[in-house]
Amino acid sequence: MNKPIRTIAIFCLLLFVALMLNATWLQYWKASDYDDNALNRRVIEDAYSQQRGAILVGDEAVAESVESDDQYDYLRTYPQPFKYAHVTGYFSFYDQTGIERSENAVLSGDDDLLFVNKLVDLLSNKSGKGGNVQLTLDPDAQDAAYAALEKLPKDPDTGTVEASVVAIAPATGKILAMASLPTYDPNKLASHDFGAVQEDYDRLSQDPTEPLLNRAIQTTLPPGSTFKIVTAAAALSSGNYTADGQVPGGATYQLPQTSGSTGEIDNEGRSCGTDQIPFAQAMEESCNTTFAALGVELGADALREQAEKFGFDQRYLQDLGPQAVSNFPADANEPQAGQSAIGQFEVRATPLQMAMVAAAVANQGVLMRPYIVDSIQSPSLETLRQTEPEELGEAVTPEVADGLTQLLVSTVEEGTASPGAIAGVTVAGKTGTAQSGDPDVPPYAWYVSFAPAQDPEVAVAVVIQSAGIDRGEIAGGTYGGPIAKAVMEAVIR
Amino acid sequence: MSQAGLVMGFVHRRRRGAELFLLLLALAVGIGAYAAVGVGVEGRVPADIIGYGSWLAGLAIVAHVVVRVVAPYADPVLLPAVTALNGLGLAVIHRLQLAYDAGAPGPTGLPQKQLTWMTLGVVLFLLTLIVLRDHRVLARFTYTSGLAAIVLLLMPLAPGIGKTINGARIWIGVGPFSLQPGEIAKVLLVIAFAGYLVLHRDALALAGRRVLGVDLPRGRDLGPILGMWLISLGILVFQRDLGSSLLFFGLFLVMLYVATERPGWLVVGTLLFAGGAGLAYQLFGHVQNRVNIWLDPLPYYDRTPGSFQIVESLFGMAWGGLIGRGFGGGSPERVPFAYSDFIIGAIGEELGLTGVIAVVLLYGLIVERALRAALICRDGFGKLMATGLAAVVALQVFVVIGGVTRLIPLTGLTTPFLSYGGSSLIANWVIAALLLRISDQARRPVPEMAGTETSDEQADEQATQMVRMVDRA
Repeated sequence: MNKPIRTIAIFCLLLFVALMLNATWLQYWKASDYDDNALNRRVIEDAYSQQRGAILVGDEAVAESVESDDQYDYLRTYPQPFKYAHVTGYFSFYDQTGIERSENAVLSGDDDLLFVNKLVDLLSNKSGKGGNVQLTLDPDAQDAAYAALEKLPKDPDTGTVEASVVAIAPATGKILAMASLPTYDPNKLASHDFGAVQEDYDRLSQDPTEPLLNRAIQTTLPPGSTFKIVTAAAALSSGNYTADGQVPGGATYQLPQTSGSTGEIDNEGRSCGTDQIPFAQAMEESCNTTFAALGVELGADALREQAEKFGFDQRYLQDLGPQAVSNFPADANEPQAGQSAIGQFEVRATPLQMAMVAAAVANQGVLMRPYIVDSIQSPSLETLRQTEPEELGEAVTPEVADGLTQLLVSTVEEGTASPGAIAGVTVAGKTGTAQSGDPDVPPYAWYVSFAPAQDPEVAVAVVIQSAGIDRGEIAGGTYGGPIAKAVMEAVIR
Repeated sequence: MSQAGLVMGFVHRRRRGAELFLLLLALAVGIGAYAAVGVGVEGRVPADIIGYGSWLAGLAIVAHVVVRVVAPYADPVLLPAVTALNGLGLAVIHRLQLAYDAGAPGPTGLPQKQLTWMTLGVVLFLLTLIVLRDHRVLARFTYTSGLAAIVLLLMPLAPGIGKTINGARIWIGVGPFSLQPGEIAKVLLVIAFAGYLVLHRDALALAGRRVLGVDLPRGRDLGPILGMWLISLGILVFQRDLGSSLLFFGLFLVMLYVATERPGWLVVGTLLFAGGAGLAYQLFGHVQNRVNIWLDPLPYYDRTPGSFQIVESLFGMAWGGLIGRGFGGGSPERVPFAYSDFIIGAIGEELGLTGVIAVVLLYGLIVERALRAALICRDGFGKLMATGLAAVVALQVFVVIGGVTRLIPLTGLTTPFLSYGGSSLIANWVIAALLLRISDQARRPVPEMAGTETSDEQADEQATQMVRMVDRA
C-alpha cells in the first residue's frame, strides 16, 4: 500500500502549496486592491485612530487632526474652511478630495519617505503620526483672492457667485493663490457624525452651483479675448509681425467660406481702424477683427501648436486633481480657426491654464510646471522632500515674450485692461468676455495679468462665471480687473 | 521492494528528548502569543499569565511524560505541533474575547471554555494512549464504529435534540452544550473504513474494464462507494453541510485508493463527486449562492444570505499583509464567527501572511508525520488508519482555509486545534493520540520472529492475518 500512500502524500503537498500560494496572492499581491475598496472600513477607521499630518500654508495649518473624545481618537479640522476648502479638499469617512487625497500617503504616514519615522514609532510602540504637507500658497495672496471674490455681487437666481482666481509665480510655477466660489465647509464632511456627513454630502453634490468643484482647475470655459495672447504669440513667432508693426484692422471681418451676419465678426463698437492698424492698438482695443484675421492667416495648426506649447491638451498638474484638460479643437477649418483665435468656437481653458499663459510670457517665454506642494515634512517638521521647479518647455522665444509684454502693458495703460492697473507698478494684462453660447447664460468675464512687467513676481487669472452683474457691465475687466489687482498687490507688497 | 529490508533492519530511536525540546518551543508559541495579546490589546502582560502558562505547560508536560511511558517510540513531532496550534488558537480566541468584552457583538467566556475543552481533549488523548496499547484492537470494532458513526451523523436530524445553527443542521443539544457529532463521527469513520477495506481490499482491487489506460473497478464492487456517496449527498442535502460532505467522501476515496492501489477508484469517485456536486448546484439555491459568492463576493456584501463574513475576512487578511497588524492592531472581531470557522482570517489579519504560512506548515508537518507513520507501519489496518487520519486533517484544513481565503467555495468546517469548539478539539486530540499510537507501533523494534525477512507486501499480508486472528478471538 506504500505506493498510493506516497501518491497521497504528494497530493496533500499540492493542497498545502495551493493554500500557501493563494494566501500569498491574497495578502501580498491583492492586498492593496482590497485596502482601496470602498466597502473596506478598516482602512478608514485606522486613519481615524492615528494623527493625520497637517496641511500647512505659511506657518499655519489649514487642515490638522486634533484629539477627539468620541468613538475615534482624532478629528480632522479645517481652521479656515471656506477659504481653503478646494485646495485642502475634505477627509470624510466615505471619500477624500484635494490635497487630502493626492497626498494621502504622506498625511496618513504610509509614504515610503516616512518609513523611518514609522519604524521608530513601531519600535517605541507609539501610534504613528502622519507627515505634513507644506503648500506653496501665499497666505496674503489667498486672503486677497478670497476676499475679492466674496465682494462680488451675488447672482439673484442662484444666490451665489461662481468665480475663481488662481495666481502663480512665473519663475517657478508655484501656485500662490487658488480660490473658488461657491465654497463649502470641509469640517462638516470630516465630522464623526456619519449620518450628518452623508446628508451634507448629498446636499453639496446635488447643488446645481456645484460648491464641491474647484473651478480653478476643474472647470473649462471658452477663454474669449484672453486667448488673443496665444494668437498674438503665434503671430509674433511666425516672424511676419512685430509688436511695433502693423496688423490687419477694420470694423468688421467676414470669415472665409461664410456669408451674411453669422460669419461676420465685429468689435462691439471699439475703435479698430481700417485695413492696417498698429499691433498695440489691436491688443489695447481687443480687436476681434484683427485676431480673427490673424487666426485665419496663421491657420488652425499653428494656433494649436502655440496653444499646446502653453500647456493646452496636457495634464501638467501632478499634486492636485482631478484636473480638467484645457482644449484647442483638433482639425478646425478656416472659419473655425478664425473663431478659435478669439477664444470662441471649441476652445476651452481652465483659469490655471490662462494663468500659465500669462506666467510663460512673464518668464521670458519659459513655461514652468505649476505645483502646489512645496515640501513634505516629517511629523517633527524636518523637510523630507522639497519640490524643485521644473521647466515644461519654451512656449515662445524671449524676444516674442518681450513683444507680448509690451503689448499687454499698453493694454493695461492705454486700453481695455485698465481696471487692473496698480499705481507705481507696471502691469501687463488682458481682459476677456467669452460668449457662453447660450443666450440665456450671461457671458463669462476673464482677466489675465502679471506684474511687475519688468521683473514679474506673479501671474493671475480671474474668471467670473456667474454673478449679479448686468450683461453690459461684464466686459472690460470692470469686475475681474480689481480682483487680479488685489491679488497682485498682496504678492508684490 | 529493496527498501523493505532496510526498513525492517533499521531501528528507530525514541527521540523523546527531541519531543520535549520541541514541546518547550510549542509552549513558547502558545504562552508567548497569550502574553502578546495582553500587551497588544491592553498594554500589559495579562495578570494571569503565570497561572495560564503553568496550566498549559502542565498539560503538555503530563502528556509528554505519559507518552514517554506508554508510547516511547511514538513520533516526536506530532505532539509539539498540535500543542503549538492549540496554544495559538487559545491566544487568538482570548484576543477576540477581549474585543467582544469591549463591546463588539459576540459570545462570552470563550477562552475559559476552550481551555476546559483543551484539558478534556488532553485527558482523552492520554486515556486513548493508556487504554489502547495496540491500535489493531480497533479492527474489532469495524462495524460498531460504522454504525456509531451513522447514528452520530443522523442525530442532528432527530427532532428534539437536533439543532440548526447558522443554517447547518449539524448540531445536537445536550443540556447546556451544543455538540457537533460529525466531528466524532469522522474518527469512527476512519476506523470503520480501515477495518472494512483491509478485509475487502483484495476483492475491491480486482480489475474490471480498462478505459484510457486506467483499470476501472468491476460493477459489482461499486456498492460501498455508492453507499458512501449517498451518505455524503444526504449530509449535503439534509444537513446543508457542504464541508462535512466533501470531507467524508474525500476520506473514503483516499482510503479506498490506498487499500486497493487502484487509481480507477479515484476516477470513479471523482466522477461521482462531480456529478453529485453538479446535481446539488442545479437543485439547491444555497449551493448556487455559495458558488456565486465564491466567484465574486463583493456584490453580495450587504445581502442576506450574503458575503459580509468572507469579504470582511478578506479585507482583514489583506489589511494584515505580510507581517500582520500585531495582536490588538487589527479588527478581527468585525468578522462574524472569527473564533471558529474564520479563525485563520483573524490570524491573517494580526499575524499576517507569515502567521498563516506558519500555521499551514504546522498542519503540513502533522499530515506528513502521519503519512510517514502509515508508510512504516507494519500492518494494513494501521496503514489505512494513519492514512485516513492524515487525510481527515489535510482535507479539513484545505476545505476550511481554502474556503476562507477564497481558493474554493466556502463551506463550514472548523480549523483543527485552532478553532473554538469542544467536539472538534476533543476529536482532534483523539486523532493525535491514534497517530501517536500507530507511529509508536510502527517505529518500535520488531520482536524477534522466525522468517521476519519478508518483503513489504508480505508484511501487509501477515498483518492482515493477525487482525483476522484478533477478530476471531
